Amino acid sequence: MIEVKNLTKHYGAIRAIDNLTFSVGSDTTGNIIGFLGPNGAGKSTTIRILSCFQPADSGMATVAGYNVFTQSLDVRRNIGYLPESAPLYTEMRVREYLHFRGKLHGMSRRDRDNAVRSVTERCWLGDFVDRPIGQLSKGMRQRVGLADALLHDPKVIFLDEPTIGLDPMQIRETRKLIRELGDRHIVFLSSHILHEVEQICTHAIVIASGRILASGAPAELRERISAGSRLIAEIKGSPDAVVAAVKSLSGVGAVESDTQDEWTRLSIEANGAGDIREEVFKLASEKGWSLREMRREVASLEDFFIKITAEQRTGRG
Amino acid sequence: MRNIVTMTRRELTAQFYSPIAYVVLVVFLVLSGIIFGMANFQPGAEASARMLFGLVPLILVLVSPLLTMRLLSDEFRTGTIETLMTAPINDAEVILGKFLGTFLFYLVMLAGTLVYPIILSFYGSLDTGLALCSYVGLLLVGGLFISVGLFFSTCTQNQVIAAICTLAILAVFTFLGDWLASGQEGTLRVILQHLSIRSHYEVFVRGLLDSNHVVFFITSTALFLFLGVKALEFRRWR
Repeated sequence: MIEVKNLTKHYGAIRAIDNLTFSVGSDTTGNIIGFLGPNGAGKSTTIRILSCFQPADSGMATVAGYNVFTQSLDVRRNIGYLPESAPLYTEMRVREYLHFRGKLHGMSRRDRDNAVRSVTERCWLGDFVDRPIGQLSKGMRQRVGLADALLHDPKVIFLDEPTIGLDPMQIRETRKLIRELGDRHIVFLSSHILHEVEQICTHAIVIASGRILASGAPAELRERISAGSRLIAEIKGSPDAVVAAVKSLSGVGAVESDTQDEWTRLSIEANGAGDIREEVFKLASEKGWSLREMRREVASLEDFFIKITAEQRTGRG
Repeated sequence: MRNIVTMTRRELTAQFYSPIAYVVLVVFLVLSGIIFGMANFQPGAEASARMLFGLVPLILVLVSPLLTMRLLSDEFRTGTIETLMTAPINDAEVILGKFLGTFLFYLVMLAGTLVYPIILSFYGSLDTGLALCSYVGLLLVGGLFISVGLFFSTCTQNQVIAAICTLAILAVFTFLGDWLASGQEGTLRVILQHLSIRSHYEVFVRGLLDSNHVVFFITSTALFLFLGVKALEFRRWR
C-alpha cells in the first residue's frame, strides 16, 4: 500500500530524510503503521511527501498503488491527512467545513450528508457540528481534523502526531479510534512516544536524523530496547552471598549492590537479550531469601536511539 | 471546474466572515460617496459621473490590497494550505477559485456605487453608454488589482508584507506610470506609457470601448494569475 524507495529530501543544506526505503500496509505488517522517532527526525517531511504536499529530491514512492510524484491527484483522492497542528479554517462551522472538504473530494450532496453524520459520530463531534471551529478547544479541533481525514473513506490515512496536545482522556479515545480504523484503512501515524506506538500499531519504523534505524513488530522493537535494560531486585540475605550467587547466574553481566538494613538492593545488567527475572526468582526461593522488589528498568526511547546510532557507527547495527 | 466553484464559494463566504472585508466595503462606499458629492452637488456642476469613475481606481489602489492580502498568506501561516493541497485539487484551481471568490465580493462592492448613476438620472439625462463603459473599465481594473494582490499573497505568509507590496506595485503603475514615462524618451517611453494602468482605464471613462485596452487588462490579469500559480508551485517545492 505504501512503498518508498531511496527517498531523499534536503531543506537547503540540511538533509531532512536520507535514502528511506520501506514497504508497509501488506499482510505482513498489518494495517496500523507507526513511524517512530525523536523530534526533527524527518517524520513530518516523509508524511508530507507521501501525501503529495511536497516533492522529494530523489527516490520513488507509491501510495495506494499510485506514484506520488506523477499521479499526485490519484494519490490525493485515496488518502486522508491530519497534519500535526490540525490546521482548520476557524471562521467556518464544523459541518460547513466538512461539507467543503467533501466537495473537494467530489462527493455528492447525499454522500456528504451521510459521511458527515457518520464521521462526526465516530469522532465524538455530535454536539459540536454547528459550532464555529474558532470556538473549539485544541482537542476538539484535532477531532475535526480527524473527521476530515476519514470523511471520504480513504484507503490510506496519514496522521502526524495525532495525540499531541490532547488531555489523557482524549488520548485514550483517539488511540481507541485509531485501532478501530485499522479494520478498514491503512493508518500511517507518526509519534515520538514508544509506548503509544506499542499500544496501537501493528508495525513500527524507527527513524532518527532522516534514516531508518529499525523496523518490525512493536514487540520485537521493545525486546531490542529492553535488551539493554537493567533489572532491579531487592533481596534479604547476607550481601556478599547474594551478590556472588546472582553473579554466577548465566546471562548476568555487571552487578551493583547497595545494602540497607538487611536488604540488598541489586542493579543487574543483563548480557544479551534473555530475560533473567525468572532465574533470579528461582535463585532466591532455592536459597530461602526473601524477595520484595523486582522490576525491569526499561530503557527509554531516547536511550534506544542513542544505542542504535552508536551500534551503527561502530558498524554492528 | 467543480473544484473552482467549490473554492470560489468558500472564498466568497470567507470574505463575508472577515471584518476586514466589511471595513473595506464601508471605506470604499464612503470615499466614493464623498467624491460623488463634491463633484456633483456644487452650484453649476454638471450632472456627470465622469469625475467619480475617474477617481474610483485610486480608491481601489488603497483598499484592494486589504481584500487580497490574506488569500494565500493566511493559508500558509495557519498551515491550512497543507490540508488544502493534499485534497484532490490542483494549484490552478486554488488560485482561480480564490480569484473568482474575491472578484465576486468586488462586484458586491461595485454594486453599491450603482446608486450614483441612478441619482444622476433624476437630475439630467444619464449617458447610459458612458456609464456602462465605465463599469466595464472598473471590472477590468478590479480584476487586475485582485490578481496582483493574489500573486503577492501567494509569495509570503505575512499579510502585511503582501498588502504593502501590492499597494506599492499598484500605486506605481496607476499614479506614476504617466509621470515616469514623461521623463523618458524613445522605446522606454512607449513601454512605460503602455504600462500605465490609469491611461488604459481613462479610455473607458471617456466612453470608448477599445479592444486594445480590454486586451491589456485581460492579459495582465492572466499574467498575474499565472505567476500566482507558479509561486504556489514554487513554495511547495522548497
